Amino acid sequence: MKIKGAEMVIRILIEEGVDSVFGYPGGTVLNIYDELYKHSDRIHHYTTCHEQGASHAADAYARVTGKVGVVIATSGPGATNLVTGIANAYLDSSPVVAITGNVACAAIGKDSFQEVDITGVTMPITKHNYIVKDASRLADVLREAFTIARSGRPGPVLVDIPKDIQQADCDYEPKKVTPVTRTCTNGKEAFAEAMKLISECQRPYIYTGGGTVCSNASKELIELAEKIDSPIGSSMMGLSAVSHDNPRFLGMTGMHGKFAASQVMAKADLLIAIGTRFSDRATGNKIEFIKGKKVIHIDIDPSEIGKNIPVFVSLIGDVKAVLKKLVSELPAGNRKDWHKEVESIKNCPDNRLEMPSDTVNPETVIHAVNRHAPKDTVVCTDVGQHQMWTAQYYHFAKPRSFITSGGLGTMGFGMGATMGACIGCGKKKTVLFTSDGSFHMNMNEMATAVSNQLPLVIVLLNNNTLGMVRQWQTLFFDKRYSNTSLERRTDYVKLAEAFGAKGIRVTKLDQLDKAVKDAFAAVGPVLIEAVIDQDEKVLPMIPPGGTIKDIIVKA
Amino acid sequence: MNPDEFILSMLVNNEAGVLTRVSGLFARRAFNIDSLSVGVTSDPHISRITITARGDDYVKTQIVRQLEKLHDVKIVELMPTTSTVMRELVLIKLNIAQKSRAGLMEAVAVFRAKVVDLNNDSVTLEITGERSKCDAFVEYLRPFGIAELCRTGLTAISRGRKTLKMDAESAQHN
Ligand SMILES: Cc1ncc(C[n+]2csc(CCOP(=O)(O)OP(=O)(O)O)c2C)c(N)n1
Repeated sequence: MKIKGAEMVIRILIEEGVDSVFGYPGGTVLNIYDELYKHSDRIHHYTTCHEQGASHAADAYARVTGKVGVVIATSGPGATNLVTGIANAYLDSSPVVAITGNVACAAIGKDSFQEVDITGVTMPITKHNYIVKDASRLADVLREAFTIARSGRPGPVLVDIPKDIQQADCDYEPKKVTPVTRTCTNGKEAFAEAMKLISECQRPYIYTGGGTVCSNASKELIELAEKIDSPIGSSMMGLSAVSHDNPRFLGMTGMHGKFAASQVMAKADLLIAIGTRFSDRATGNKIEFIKGKKVIHIDIDPSEIGKNIPVFVSLIGDVKAVLKKLVSELPAGNRKDWHKEVESIKNCPDNRLEMPSDTVNPETVIHAVNRHAPKDTVVCTDVGQHQMWTAQYYHFAKPRSFITSGGLGTMGFGMGATMGACIGCGKKKTVLFTSDGSFHMNMNEMATAVSNQLPLVIVLLNNNTLGMVRQWQTLFFDKRYSNTSLERRTDYVKLAEAFGAKGIRVTKLDQLDKAVKDAFAAVGPVLIEAVIDQDEKVLPMIPPGGTIKDIIVKA
Repeated sequence: MNPDEFILSMLVNNEAGVLTRVSGLFARRAFNIDSLSVGVTSDPHISRITITARGDDYVKTQIVRQLEKLHDVKIVELMPTTSTVMRELVLIKLNIAQKSRAGLMEAVAVFRAKVVDLNNDSVTLEITGERSKCDAFVEYLRPFGIAELCRTGLTAISRGRKTLKMDAESAQHN
């Protein structure tokens, strides 16, 4: 069947099971938008206020659903506005296909109006990218883009389609989607060695990361922990894979990890690292981090093995497949002494850093949301102290329910991401924890949330400062608060109302529960501004490059 | 070759931008390229890139594994120096008059180099060989005054029947 390139884009999206896309129209994607118009019964396009918002929405949509997220933008500024979102998806291994228009092939290289070499720009932040200059390749390139985005270690793929290719005649032949095969590629020896290390160890520690979430391997992870009688700690990206109330779960480790999670990890003699890449924020001093322990590293990406820390045994493959095999072959273990030690660390006072229960503070606010949010609520964050507090205090109960910018640490991620997450979870109530700095970056997307009546509960922990930077200035720069006290005069309630949303301001504890309750009962987006102290700190903190011995538990 | 030097051979899709992807990866991961040569193989869709670089085992492993992740890279191999034929071609221009060329032709003969262009006031020489031989020749020529020098970078092929072959799956993917 002969169709135009632009229609081909839509056909392939439908083939791939895409029903929601995010984006922003413009000159070089007019043809694609015309086809979106004609196929609006099959694909819903969400127009954001800025392409960055759309790119974060596609990223979060992918993380919540496990499907590929799609974002569309025009050439030039439209395409460059995607860059932060693509880099964010790349660092957090999120499957996104970004489709950009470009000027016609003949105009490429002439500095034509809105011409940017977006494949050149995004080369280091995509798994792969394409510029399609031959209309007969369009269908296969698009299919391949989806396959690459979701296979192996997922990531973003960009397809740049010049305008004349969108207008060209192409042959369409329907094809079945290439399924992702989940395998483990290691030989018998590596498995035997891993099993030996596990059987011989006294103090195992399961350290789980984003790979477990992305491979839907929560069940297998918990089975492994039960079988070998091991505690579990998590990187930030790994949160939500294990329910907060699982007795084996110690919480997040790393720079702002729970005391017990880091302390128990330091005492372990065997680290079973699963789908995690030992980022510097997670390990601190890498040499001290692995002192006295052996490491088994399970990951789908061979280049992660030994990249950041040396490893004893590596099991390469899909986390779920590897864990299944391990669980089925390992003998059950029982480690009473270790168990006792872990329990005593869990119960020590440093593991119970509680903020006062009688003020409006990060902990009381997050607990209020814990009380009112249904168990399966998806929770997103921006970047800063509020992100860490959410990671520490929120009660995640279901995999894929925590959406945050890990690797890139993108302030401004929150609004776009929360919209994408909300759409991904069938427009159920979706929570965003943000703060004044991050919110100001992309608050324009409030308008999108209102247009689409998305039921967002936006909780803005207003400390009237760039809190995370201020914390570093307090601790490491002798309280020289350079450019972090912004003195914004924004009235968030009026702002929310101006956008057509509901705004609630909370300054006293007795207003808190009602505000959260009302927000969950409301239709459409609600913004709760909770005013907190400027000098509230994220604790504990292991200073950059430090070890568990340097942990700061009191400010 | 220095002990920390190594040679990588890879087969890549013969497409626009592939060289940028490969060299960009080196830059981004803070690995250095000492020399790079590239050309199409017997299959017009596939090019072969030979890179020499330096680093310890960590660097070597990381480079190979990171390169293997590039979609356009079909196979990467570290070439063992003991069982690899390595060649480089160097063109050297000496702007010297006839009367000052004493000893030059003798060196050309000893190093098995070639004169590829000859004028009253200039000579252009070509030498092919392993890096050390080329280096020695260049050093010998320095006193004559080198006006211009171009090196192709090393290219390499295994001894014996062994070839750099893509597996069936990646060949098909292309
Ligand atoms: C786009 C971007 N710019 C700058 C930073 C550096 N940065 C990290 S945290 C932070 C402060 C965040 O402030 P806010 O959003 O108000 O959150 P808080 O720490 O107060 O909770 C800054 C500036 C960043 N992560 N991202």
